Amino acid sequence: MSALPLLLAELASGAVEIVDLTHTLSPDFPRITLPSETVPSAPFRIEEISHYDARGPAWYWNNFSCGEHTGTHFDAPAHWISGRNQPDNTVDTIPPARFVGPAAVIDCVAASDADADFLLTVDHVLAFEAEHGRIAPGSWVLMHTGWARRALDPVAFQNFAADGQHTPGPDPRCVAFLVEERDILGFGTETIGTDAGQASYLNPPYPAHYTLHGANRYGLQCLANLDKLPPTGAVLVAAPLKIRRGSGSPLRVLAFVPRA
Amino acid sequence: MSAPRRNPVLAPNRATIPPARRSRVATEMSAWAAAGVFALQTCGECEAVQYPPRDVCRNCLSPRLRWRPADGAGALLATTRLHYPYELYFRERAPWRTGIVRLAAGVSVTAFLHPDLGEAPAPAFVTARLDRAGQAALIALPDETANFEVTPMREFTASPKGRKILVTDAASPAGIAMVKAMCAAGAATVWAGRAEPWGVVPGYEEAIAHPAVTVLPLDVTDGDSVTSLAGRIGGRTDIVVNTATYHRPGRALGAMGVESARAEMETTYFGLLRLARAFGPALAARAAEGPNHAVAFVNLFSITALVASPAKATHSAAEAAAYAFAQGMRADMRASGLRVVNVFPGPVDEGWNQLDLPPKIAPDALARATVKALETGVEDVFPDPVARQWYARWRDDPAAFARELAEAGA
Amino acid sequence: MRRLGYEGVVVAAPVSVPYARFSTRTAHAFLGELLRTILARTGLAKARIDGLCVASFSLAPDSAVALTEHFGISARWVDHLPFGGASAILALHRAARAVQAGDAEIVACIAGDTNDPDAFRRSTAAFSRFGQDAAYPYGASGTNATVALLTDHYMRTYGVEAEDLGRICVAQRANAGPYPNALLRSAMTMEDYLASRPVAEPLRLFDCVMPCAGAEGFIVTTRETAEREGLPYANLLAVMERHNAYPDDPIQMRGGWAEGRDDLYAQAGMTPAAIDFAELYDDYPVVVAMQLEDLGFCDKGEAKAFLRAHDLTTAGSFPVNTCGGQLSAGQAGAAGGFLGIVEAVRQLTDTAEGAAVPKADIGLVTGFGMINYDRGLTAGAAILAR
Repeated sequence: MSALPLLLAELASGAVEIVDLTHTLSPDFPRITLPSETVPSAPFRIEEISHYDARGPAWYWNNFSCGEHTGTHFDAPAHWISGRNQPDNTVDTIPPARFVGPAAVIDCVAASDADADFLLTVDHVLAFEAEHGRIAPGSWVLMHTGWARRALDPVAFQNFAADGQHTPGPDPRCVAFLVEERDILGFGTETIGTDAGQASYLNPPYPAHYTLHGANRYGLQCLANLDKLPPTGAVLVAAPLKIRRGSGSPLRVLAFVPRA
Repeated sequence: MSAPRRNPVLAPNRATIPPARRSRVATEMSAWAAAGVFALQTCGECEAVQYPPRDVCRNCLSPRLRWRPADGAGALLATTRLHYPYELYFRERAPWRTGIVRLAAGVSVTAFLHPDLGEAPAPAFVTARLDRAGQAALIALPDETANFEVTPMREFTASPKGRKILVTDAASPAGIAMVKAMCAAGAATVWAGRAEPWGVVPGYEEAIAHPAVTVLPLDVTDGDSVTSLAGRIGGRTDIVVNTATYHRPGRALGAMGVESARAEMETTYFGLLRLARAFGPALAARAAEGPNHAVAFVNLFSITALVASPAKATHSAAEAAAYAFAQGMRADMRASGLRVVNVFPGPVDEGWNQLDLPPKIAPDALARATVKALETGVEDVFPDPVARQWYARWRDDPAAFARELAEAGA
Repeated sequence: MRRLGYEGVVVAAPVSVPYARFSTRTAHAFLGELLRTILARTGLAKARIDGLCVASFSLAPDSAVALTEHFGISARWVDHLPFGGASAILALHRAARAVQAGDAEIVACIAGDTNDPDAFRRSTAAFSRFGQDAAYPYGASGTNATVALLTDHYMRTYGVEAEDLGRICVAQRANAGPYPNALLRSAMTMEDYLASRPVAEPLRLFDCVMPCAGAEGFIVTTRETAEREGLPYANLLAVMERHNAYPDDPIQMRGGWAEGRDDLYAQAGMTPAAIDFAELYDDYPVVVAMQLEDLGFCDKGEAKAFLRAHDLTTAGSFPVNTCGGQLSAGQAGAAGGFLGIVEAVRQLTDTAEGAAVPKADIGLVTGFGMINYDRGLTAGAAILAR
């Protein structure tokens, strides 16, 4: 028997709630900033086509433009060189079942507040499992740093200094552990990358990108509302736009959350 | 020192301009004045100096008349004070003093008189400045160093002094220098536009620490950002200094793809387009409001706007697009007497021009040249030796100069 | 080579169409009224007019040729003279030669303009290319600015006082008193003159002519025709014109009269002492002062002394501008320059509409015009006699 009628009933009753993990796309939202000699990703921009006026008397609509990795977004394996030869590695070819999975939400808020360069380690993951149980295969592992609180302040969100960005992320061993020992579906963060701000100095550089995508796993960035998720028990739907050979896409991420 | 505020009950003072109509050849004189040069025609055959501008030599009838920088030294022969000029622009500012000066070069010129220049007979020094119609006006001064911050000489300037100035990108090397230079020139307010405020830029904090400076968010690639800021300060801005540009070295067949070039166009051309449309009408509406009325829109271009540098092909294209648009702006803003000041430096001494060979103009020198252009009412600014050399060759023969640059590959 | 004289050429039918400060009528209407009046007073049929010479600033887009159709005249000689205050002398000059050569028998020389409040600004802005490029952008209002500069220089150079130039204005106002067509006829004292407001210093309001609408005209024909038709006439003795004289003078202190006067008096067979009265072109008093010098009534720089020594009123020792001149009658555009000839012919034919000069046998008439850039380019003069 299908679980869907039950899901619908629980949605109707409020036993299951849908939480939107997505930031609003706007020109003000910080864009990913890479070293200046590389070509930057275009920020989100929107220009009016018409607004019930001479340009279109009965309709309102806009043109928008942005890079694939803008706002709350999805990283496909092809995004990184390590994932370039993986099968089904772009957003149009990923099997849709892989957009859905259980969420394990690791609370790193206090640690990130104390140290913007906080790195999530295997020990932190094991401590999480000791309290909430082993992370199931095919999970979305979400690093809850509280960074989404900074989204209205671009300077605090980006947290740049003269030596670059200072934002939390996973350390190399931790990513390898999650992929190899826990077989996760992907890794999600509230910051602008799955990697820490100073991750270019880790080995390998940008370990989340390198290791996740090298193993054909996915990344979610700029997630919001992680504070509204339980450590375990929620189900995430993170379906990117079906862009031919796309390396990523802005997302509308929905979490199905049981309310006791 | 704050200017008197407008009585909101009374009709606003609409901008008027002096007579703008000129013959084609007289317009050439204005083109020289726009670049800060008082030029007169000299006969290529008999060397006779000519005035008013004409088509054939008054002496030998040769058509070979050439514009040459003129010696402004002369003798003031007669003066008058005009109390009832016909044109509204003059009438609103009457009385005007004018005079006749006999230049050493052998022509008599009608000129406006600096207030420090007394009655005739007296030695005088004639210079050419742009009037508020953007046409050359001759002005007789007591000497070359005469102060233009006096009535009515200020009409021939776009002085930053006492004015409220928006520097659109205050975090670039040129933008930082421009903020400091405008403060030093006596700006009442400098609004420092800042896009993507998270980067750490050396010198920026020091520049914005000046009490006249207020930082405001402005990203010229974002229409909402531009219109929001115009809604906030557009009705008070007297001078827009558009320092926002984006450039990366990129040859025509280079490896940087389309997106880098698009980013150049998005900032340099579309950014200007957005700024002009958001701020232009309000500037025009306030072009006669009080002594520190709206007066100028400054574009920080590159000399590559005139002639493309093959080493910076995509950048040159964006600069040329923006410059072409600025010519349209100049036409649209002329009716209200607003100046569109275009600054065309050679390579600026900043990171993205590291591999350009010297001489390179320092950002501070570029900003000082911009202030001087505003103070002297110059509209086309060539602030450094490279720019001046390119400009001279471009004026001489643009087609040949473009081929020369292509041959050099630079 | 000696110039051919004007024996047998006469000027007749002097007509002034009443002036108005502003008018809604067109130049065509003023010129039509003028021509109709000339025909009515002379009794000539319209078909007898076989030459037409026209001056007007406000006739655009029409010219003299268009007027032949408008007025239904089939002329065999036509001329159009866009030469401002010099047009009348130039018209007389050309018409006289045409009549002398038999190219036309009766030439109507007509000038007229309308005036609306903005007309002067428009015509000043586009008066000439040099003016547009190098004078109008400096706040010029008509010719005031340029003549103010000439006046400043002239007064400074020769130590001329305001009262010296004021004598011209005050005397002419006295002459206008009895002339019904003058717009400014009320008495004016030297105090009034000196108290008038500055317009373009050193020019005062009463140094400047008042633009208005109106028309002036006359016919040029042969003595035989005039006598056959029973028309009172004045004989033309001599004419001169000079254009762009003394171009190397840094600022204008003399006009082309200085260059042409010897020829003028020689042609008339007389000296300046023979002149009974003068209708001197008077857009500004300094121009009158310069002419007194350039036309030989005194030496250069001596106009001041001449003015102090002479009474310029109609009954005075040297009558000048005997119906008030343009300074008091008004300046009806291009017709302003025609007023001198019209008034001179009236004096010489005993048909003055104001005061008559007691002894009016020989009169001098001048014209001056075309401030193209910084000076008047065209000077003209004629001597007429009974």
